[in-house]
Amino acid sequence: MSAVDTIDIDAVRARYPDVFAPQARRRLIPLAVVVAIIGYVAYAMWFFAIPQTLYTANWQRAGLYLAQWISYDIQVELRLRDGAVRVVWPRYSQLGSNPDPSWVTKAADGSVAVDVTGSGRLEASATTVTLRRGSETAVFDISGETPVAIGPVPDWVSVSEGDVEIDWGFWGRGEFDTDRIKLAKREPGWANFLFDTRSPFFGKSPAEVVSLIVAGPRLDPDRSNLSLALDDIWNNAEWQHGDVWTKLLQTIVMAFAGTLLAALVAFPLSFLAARNITHSWPLNQLLKRFFDFQRSIDMLIWALFFTRAFGPGPLAGTAAIFFTDTGTLGKLYAEALENIDDKPREGLHSVGAPAIAVQRFGVVPQILPVFASQALYFWESNARSATIIGAVGAGGIGLKLWEAMRTNTNWANVFYMVILILIMVYVFDAISNALRQRLIGSRI
Amino acid sequence: MSRTTEPALSPKGLELDRRWRALAAQRRLYTILILLGVGGALVASLRYANETNAGDFFERLPHFFDFTSWLIPRDWNDVWRALFDVATPSADGTEATNYPLGRVYLFGDVYLPEYFELMLVTLNIALVSTLVGVLGGVSLCFLAARNTMTNAWMRGFARRVAEIMRAFPEIVIAGFFAAILSIGPIAAIFAVGIHTIGALGKLFYEVVENIDMGANEGLSAVGANWFEKVRFGTLPLILPNLVSYSLLRLEINVRASTIIGAVGGGGIGQELKLAISRGFGAKTLALVLILFVTIVIVDNLSAHLRRRLVGEQAFGL
Repeated sequence: MSAVDTIDIDAVRARYPDVFAPQARRRLIPLAVVVAIIGYVAYAMWFFAIPQTLYTANWQRAGLYLAQWISYDIQVELRLRDGAVRVVWPRYSQLGSNPDPSWVTKAADGSVAVDVTGSGRLEASATTVTLRRGSETAVFDISGETPVAIGPVPDWVSVSEGDVEIDWGFWGRGEFDTDRIKLAKREPGWANFLFDTRSPFFGKSPAEVVSLIVAGPRLDPDRSNLSLALDDIWNNAEWQHGDVWTKLLQTIVMAFAGTLLAALVAFPLSFLAARNITHSWPLNQLLKRFFDFQRSIDMLIWALFFTRAFGPGPLAGTAAIFFTDTGTLGKLYAEALENIDDKPREGLHSVGAPAIAVQRFGVVPQILPVFASQALYFWESNARSATIIGAVGAGGIGLKLWEAMRTNTNWANVFYMVILILIMVYVFDAISNALRQRLIGSRI
Repeated sequence: MSRTTEPALSPKGLELDRRWRALAAQRRLYTILILLGVGGALVASLRYANETNAGDFFERLPHFFDFTSWLIPRDWNDVWRALFDVATPSADGTEATNYPLGRVYLFGDVYLPEYFELMLVTLNIALVSTLVGVLGGVSLCFLAARNTMTNAWMRGFARRVAEIMRAFPEIVIAGFFAAILSIGPIAAIFAVGIHTIGALGKLFYEVVENIDMGANEGLSAVGANWFEKVRFGTLPLILPNLVSYSLLRLEINVRASTIIGAVGGGGIGQELKLAISRGFGAKTLALVLILFVTIVIVDNLSAHLRRRLVGEQAFGL
């Protein structure tokens, strides 16, 4: 190999200036693209008022809501009236209708102590409230019109307009005035996930529940403890397992039936749309434009129309997926057909096989794995889409998810449904990948 | 066709023939069983969908074309008037015909019709979230690809992050950010953008894994640092595919941001949901028209660019 030195390079450059000249202009293209993108981002910032929105956003709520995904508050109230302290639980407390937890203790003199967190404690008598957090203590006199601090007030207690707020950190909060003390104790996990407070199994440890089911006396004389337990879980009022799982099944059914029907309809249509199979330009074009039409009318529009036509429910979602995907699959199938190897068909033609046999033995074996693999891919992606179009009324878990989020109080339920959806997506992903790998080998 | 007598087979040949027939019969049996299973599942699914639906399929089917009664406007010109916010002679003071109310005045008498403004919002949501997705996806892909990240733990972590972002339901992200930022397009950008990061991250790292490492090795040999290797050894090889996938994603995101709009993200989806659920015929047609035209334009523009960038291979699955 002969070496090229700078003199040669300069000579070549001088001889072919055109080859090297456009380089300068080409070098500007990336710069122009970057400038355009930065310009667009600036425009978008202004268009959506992104800085203001992010600035005025309530980021504290983000932490609070995220905490509610995996923990819950137990509320308790202490009412101070007529010189006595009374413990009042909310009507639908997670602790059942008659709670008596060990962290609330009543002393002989009528005062009540609540261990809100490990180191945080509140003691209330008719006249004074004592707050503790670790080694720090604050005492309030509540016998007057407003609470009055006796001694210094630590920074985790804030007093404003006759109302005292206490911050025990992540695991506990509280506030009080002279007639009531509201406390919230945070517990990790999900409250009453299996049995709600109405169930006879409520409040029992897993071992107790198992032994009751296996060998315990019948709690309900009409049926076994197992069926009672399952029924109580299924109809849990707080978590609505039955409803959630039914809605999830609807979503799965929508994706499955919609995609399969679309594949079944797109299969014959694609033979008519492929120009190498059906030699009719008008028919090819008509079908291809029809596929484009179905695809371009968004799944959302179909979902809204079918929700009006069939009423809200999975039928509307199935029909929406079916309509959109007939277009998408039809287009993909027709393209696959146009790229097949023509030799098997020619061979079958040459031995005088009837038209249907030419397609059956000359075309189908080539494209069936590809068709099935594409249908599987869309089945998997539709399971995701079905969640979203459900929120506009087309059935499935989407609406339930949306309603749970709207009140901003059910984030644990939202997380439960999210986990179920994630599991569904992963399982479908795995099934679809495994089947596709078997069908078309490694070229996915 | 004349039938020739079959030549006699040797005992070994007979055995082979028998086995082949048995295998073929077994195969046919499996095919039939699978078809029966899938068919049964389909019938069961459809029955289940029908039973849990608010209206029964066969009861509602005769009413299927009822929508024409509200969808077909009395005056077809109303579709244009609704689209361009021009006052209609058939205005009756209701929301169904108050076209000029939606005008967005830019300056003086020059206005942007409401639906163009809403379409612009949706398109911008799609564009911004695609940009967010591309930035996130590019950052993830080098961490997740086997040839650019040798640490298996880091690689696995990056891949799991991409998977969770991809599979996490968009509607929950939208709802969560709507609760923090108040309902509107920014929640939609977060929702679509986070999903796009996951989706593009996965596609991008597959692209990176399939590149020829020769250029990178050459750069290593002359002492290039990590950045120079990515800039001169990897980027030129992956850029066409990256741009192609991003354009494909933009097409998907235009649809996704319409749908997210319908569940509270603003933009044209919300207006469309309102128009269909209240039965505003001319408005619905105008919205479907503008959405249809926009999607066709975006799809074709993106297809044209992708074809120029990477040729026909951009049109596989």
